[in-house]
Amino acid sequence: MNFKIMPKAAFPGWVNRLRDHHRVVGPKQKHGQYVFDVIDDVADLVLHYSNSVLPPKKYLVPQKEVLLNYRLDGSHLEIATEPEPTVILGVHTCDVHALKLFDRIFSQGFTDQHYQAHRESVTLVSLECLETCSANSFCRDMGTASATDGFDLHMIDLGAAYAFSVGTEKGADLFKGFHQVFDALDSDLAVINETLQEKWGRFPYRLDFDVQEMPELLKASFNSALWDELGQKCLACGSCTQVCPTCYCFDVTDEVDLLLEEGQRVRRWDSCQIHEFAMVAGGHNFRERLAARQRHRFMRKGKYQMDAYGMVGCVGCGRCARACLAHITPIDVMNELYVRSQAEEAPALAGLMEAPL
Amino acid sequence: MNMLLDEVKQSDSIYMPIPARITAVTTLTAQEKLFTIELPHELCLNHEPGQFVQVSVFGVGEAPISITSSPSRSNGTFELCIRKVGDLTNVIHRMERGALLGIRGPFGRGFPIERFRGKDLLFVCGGLGMAPLRSLVNEVLDDRGNYGRVILLYGARQPADLLFQDELAQWQARDDVEVHLTVDCPDEGWNRCVGVITRLFPEVEVDARNTVAVVVGPPVMYRFVLKELKKLRIPKGNIWFSFERRMKCGVGKCGHCQLNHVYTCQSGPSFNFAELEFLEEAFS
Ligand SMILES: Cc1cc2nc3c(=O)[nH]c(=O)nc-3n(C[C@H](O)[C@H](O)[C@H](O)COP(=O)(O)OP(=O)(O)OC[C@H]3O[C@@H](n4cnc5c(N)ncnc54)[C@H](O)[C@@H]3O)c2cc1C
Ligand code: SF4
Ligand code: SF4
Ligand code: FES
Repeated sequence: MNFKIMPKAAFPGWVNRLRDHHRVVGPKQKHGQYVFDVIDDVADLVLHYSNSVLPPKKYLVPQKEVLLNYRLDGSHLEIATEPEPTVILGVHTCDVHALKLFDRIFSQGFTDQHYQAHRESVTLVSLECLETCSANSFCRDMGTASATDGFDLHMIDLGAAYAFSVGTEKGADLFKGFHQVFDALDSDLAVINETLQEKWGRFPYRLDFDVQEMPELLKASFNSALWDELGQKCLACGSCTQVCPTCYCFDVTDEVDLLLEEGQRVRRWDSCQIHEFAMVAGGHNFRERLAARQRHRFMRKGKYQMDAYGMVGCVGCGRCARACLAHITPIDVMNELYVRSQAEEAPALAGLMEAPL
Repeated sequence: MNMLLDEVKQSDSIYMPIPARITAVTTLTAQEKLFTIELPHELCLNHEPGQFVQVSVFGVGEAPISITSSPSRSNGTFELCIRKVGDLTNVIHRMERGALLGIRGPFGRGFPIERFRGKDLLFVCGGLGMAPLRSLVNEVLDDRGNYGRVILLYGARQPADLLFQDELAQWQARDDVEVHLTVDCPDEGWNRCVGVITRLFPEVEVDARNTVAVVVGPPVMYRFVLKELKKLRIPKGNIWFSFERRMKCGVGKCGHCQLNHVYTCQSGPSFNFAELEFLEEAFS
């Protein structure tokens, strides 16, 4: 692979240069947690961080996004304006994988031009995680603890310098006119390889089965009693889906100003955990029970997204586990489903073993 | 003529509706009105029976509505039958000839009428299900020679709720359409079947191997009708449903219409039972 090397001392200068032509956002510390926010002062940027509260999806599918602006008298109607050029710094690789899924979702079938415009305006500078970032994350299991594409630039912290792997031309352009980057030498490559090799030991496996088995496991668990048990605990608050980097479901509403002159059609994050999500006129609710909604959420992560888009819908970031006041965590849910499936399979398998040849 | 959907796709937003004009409003029942809609100059809808459009009023909102006119009768204008249930539908009900509505679509997959050719057709319809079904019925009747028997089982709450009563009378007057009606609450003049739609099944005999059933109605109806159709031994792939789900975007993005991994607004709203058999949420 082709790497560029930037001494750490040059890094703040580089970020400041980026700010000339871009909004630069990255992880910052806030009330003891990490959030992606605009970097006005490079000193605020924290590249050694555990998962941000909200994933960087908020820059691609904003929590509230205006789709159309209009005047109610019909004299004016326009598609909301282009987003500003943005560099997102320090994106963990789990979040890179999540955005790869978004890229598929928003382009398959109909192209969502609003997403597309955000995507084009964003230059993604991701960061190699060198250790597991929380007890809730299981990126190693989900195959998201590293990334080979989906970024424009990808950084690895080598101690005294950063190594950058260049993913796209857009990424390479961020170095234009900046002199303190060098082509990697053999000795740099040796340090890179050493750094990468050492990291894997710091990522424990947390699922008791391999991710390849996840869609099948969920399929077999559709009628599991666990969904009812989760339904009993869940508060239907929707926090899990808000913080999830692969959740994007939205509601569309019209908002009108107080003078009833101007209005906007906006989309906002919605959640399949909320009661009304699947309700139709006449009052029928296709997922009336909390158990059905919990099942839908986990099915979507572990199976449906695979069926619909060819990628598993969970990247193992662990944010939902941290956000859930009812302590529902994907690691526990998946492992429990696995344990129960094994308990069901064991007698059948034993029978198979004992059968005379 | 350009197709409306191409116009929508080529704009800078798939969420941008195209303004269309209401050219006629007909009151059908206390709750439903029929709106005739004219698209802007040189645009046509070119829909399949069973497809829907996203209808919007700026400042109020947007909703999926089935196209109730058949492709054969949608030359320049098309029709929507809208029940008054909430914010948007109430506002639309107050609109008059000349008012503008926003339209996007047509979306979804309609009924594959080319596969219905030569077959006997058993239409099973409950309540507002007549809105999407009428498109298919009229398409078939306008090309009557290409189909076998046409049987309609139609149930409503009360006689006054039956939609498109003029057309219904015309269909009943024809000797090549078999119409069976039922209502939950009869009035004095009613001398036909009383009760839920499944009560009509004993009245019909079908050649199962050559029959396509098309079922459109409220969600609660489907399980019961399916049971009857299985009794009749109609092949799974020849049992068609139109599925209602909550829909916000109509283009496979917002997630509301999901039924297992399937997006009803894209792969549906029409599905055959062979496709649904392994989708556990289909009849939830
Ligand atoms: C494919 C499809 C075809 C349809 N065809 C027709 C038709 O031909 N004629 C017709 O009158 N209606 C049809 N509907 C139903 C119609 O979309 C709803 O009645 C409409 O969205 C209600 O909007 P509202 O703003 O008036 O109601 P609201 O004020 O938004 O809500 C009133 C009630 O409607 C429910 N609702 C909200 N949004 C939707 C939604 N997107 N879909 C279903 N229910 C919703 C709410 O849960 C609430 O119970 C169809 C729905 C679908 C999915
Ligand atoms: S489901 Fe939970 S662990 Fe998986 S990607 Fe979403 S927030 Fe992260
Ligand atoms: S965060 Fe926890 S309590 Fe809230 S909806 Fe999700 S699973 Fe339920
Ligand atoms: S209506 Fe939005 S995904 Fe189907």
